[in-house]
Amino acid sequence: MVNENLVKDVVKEPYKYGFVTDIETEKIEKGLNEDIIKLISQKKEEPKFLLDFRLKAFKKWQKMKEPDWAALGYKKIDYQDIIYYSAPKQKEKISSLDEVDPKLLETFDKLGIPLTEQKKLTNVAVDAVFDSVSIATTFREELAEHGVIFCSISEAVKNHADLIEKYLGTVVPASDNYFAALNSAVFSDGSFVYIPKGVTCPMDLSSYFRINSGDSGQFERTLIIAEESSSVSYLEGCTAPMFDTNTLHAAVVELIALDDASIKYSTVQNWYAGDEEGVGGIFNFVTKRGKCLGKRSKISWSQVETGSAITWKYPSCLLLGEESVGEFYSVALTNNLQQADTGTKMIHIGPKTKSTIVSKGISAGNSKNSYRGLVKMGTKATGSRNYSQCDSMLIGDQASANTFPYIKSQQPNSEIEHEASTCRISEDQLFYLQSRGIEFEEAVSMMVSGFCRDVFNQLPMEFAAEADKLLALKLEGSVG
Amino acid sequence: MQSKMKESDPILEVENLSASTDNLPILKGVSLTVYPGEIHAIMGRNGCGKSTLSKIIAGHPSYNITNGDIKFLGENINSLEPEERSQSGIFLGFQYPIEIPGVSNLEFLRVSTNARRKFLNKEELDTFDFEELVKEKLEIVKMDQAFLSRSVNQGFSGGEKKRNEILQMALLEPKIAILDETDSGLDIDALRIVASGIKKISNAQTGIILITHYQRLLDEIKPNYVHVMSDGQIIKTGESDLATELEEKGYEWTDNFIKET
Repeated sequence: MVNENLVKDVVKEPYKYGFVTDIETEKIEKGLNEDIIKLISQKKEEPKFLLDFRLKAFKKWQKMKEPDWAALGYKKIDYQDIIYYSAPKQKEKISSLDEVDPKLLETFDKLGIPLTEQKKLTNVAVDAVFDSVSIATTFREELAEHGVIFCSISEAVKNHADLIEKYLGTVVPASDNYFAALNSAVFSDGSFVYIPKGVTCPMDLSSYFRINSGDSGQFERTLIIAEESSSVSYLEGCTAPMFDTNTLHAAVVELIALDDASIKYSTVQNWYAGDEEGVGGIFNFVTKRGKCLGKRSKISWSQVETGSAITWKYPSCLLLGEESVGEFYSVALTNNLQQADTGTKMIHIGPKTKSTIVSKGISAGNSKNSYRGLVKMGTKATGSRNYSQCDSMLIGDQASANTFPYIKSQQPNSEIEHEASTCRISEDQLFYLQSRGIEFEEAVSMMVSGFCRDVFNQLPMEFAAEADKLLALKLEGSVG
Repeated sequence: MQSKMKESDPILEVENLSASTDNLPILKGVSLTVYPGEIHAIMGRNGCGKSTLSKIIAGHPSYNITNGDIKFLGENINSLEPEERSQSGIFLGFQYPIEIPGVSNLEFLRVSTNARRKFLNKEELDTFDFEELVKEKLEIVKMDQAFLSRSVNQGFSGGEKKRNEILQMALLEPKIAILDETDSGLDIDALRIVASGIKKISNAQTGIILITHYQRLLDEIKPNYVHVMSDGQIIKTGESDLATELEEKGYEWTDNFIKET
């Protein structure tokens, strides 16, 4: 069919961020053992409690088995064939951005994340992470005036060890799962955010993760703490160069919200997805979880997942505090031979807790896109409510979509609602739009945007526009 | 009057058109010429090929032209994309307008209108200017503004969908409009609104093809010509009284016709 081919052309993805920065890096040797972990910890000049945390995690990891329950197929990962620490060579201590290698600044410039004083984004503070280390964080002084701490997690370990020791691993314990254990043992850098009591963070905070090297894994760790009655909106973006090998990315993100605090965590994930034949691309195994510890606290995840060869990711909420609220809004687009197994877990523990799940999966090409979600009502979660909506859209006739909702309720006085749908962009719909003068590509992208609208409405303004553009770009092809 | 019309060049010329889908012949040599200001009605049983003819003129990708030509304003358009045909002034009013979930009707109408305006070298309209224009056109089909904020055709009643089609026709100001059973599923009041809308939009420069089963639309909009289709061919052409005769005698009467020309 004519249109079938056109659809294939249209969903061909040009990846704009595939360049490699030629920069001298300091890498340690391949492989994983206790000595490597000690070396990483030593390089980062970490206190003893953290080295112990790492070693304990490593011991647990060694006893664990890589999970195989996800609807994913991939070549076994050789964990001894990965470099666990890679950093661009630069001066030991950098006191200002002027001392950052211009090549690094140029890299982030090219990615649309200018860091220099003159060019930096005006309303967003950025922490830029390049391979294993954080390069720069903007607006730190301004944020400090409000008592907000926003820095790399390595710096937080040095300057705010008490907070790290108190909270690290309390939401995602090292033993939680195979990839969380691995991350706990070898995590490199990531962002740390602390919002003090009663403070509404004056600007959005953002981390930008860039994988540059081909043979090293990226294991970032992010920790966000929102004290009583505080609030913050945090954005995360990711890209990587095109390599024909697979790079492992195993991150852990922990969020903690105390009484009346609110955290909004938004991700636009655009790691390199591999080529049309499925060669190369990032293996993205991520554990993200938020703990609504306080009464009336709220954690909201929104994600736009368009990259990675493999995505294994379930941003979750533990709803402990009475009347706490968890939200998950997700758009996952897969194309070519990409595979995504993603969803959320909403664990209702406290009474009158509320959660909302809106998941939109779009599969094109030969890709496989699964939603996997758990909603659990604990014995004390009386008067709690959940609403889930999982919609799938298929483009072409080779793509597949699955929905695996798990519902467990131990509390009769709670409500769980689940709706699911699958649709296909039909030839008739395309013809209808075309017969009104709308070009084929625009018609597809209009329908995809329309399908994702409920989720895009949840994204921060500047991100929503970016997400819309990103999807259009992913669906842009060689037509015309 | 008739001869005066023919002084100008035809808008649409369908010449000995044959077409198939999945190797199944649907049209078997259809010829039809529409001049500015003319209204043509095409009648015939279900499955006679009249809807197919309209889709092929609009460029539906499921059909292959196996023989013959379609000319629009003198140019062969056989290989043009549907959007190019629309932009240049061909409008198809769908028998079953398609629902597009999540896409706002207002935005859809604006993008569509701007595509046509761009072709005509007219300035594209921003959201505010477009709202002004669309409010004006809503009057023609007596539609409420609430329709604009809903998804395209989603949850619309049959009559609302048809009115939305005529609204699109009003916005696009086509050179030729092919209206495929626009009257079906309409009650008498809605039919009058739609018919008067069509009359308001059309003028001495535009051509209209009405595809219908029933006389009642033709009572509202009097055609210059009536064509009867059967098995992928036009088997009889006459003036408006042919429709009346057909209504009285039924399609069985047409079975006796020998193919003309």
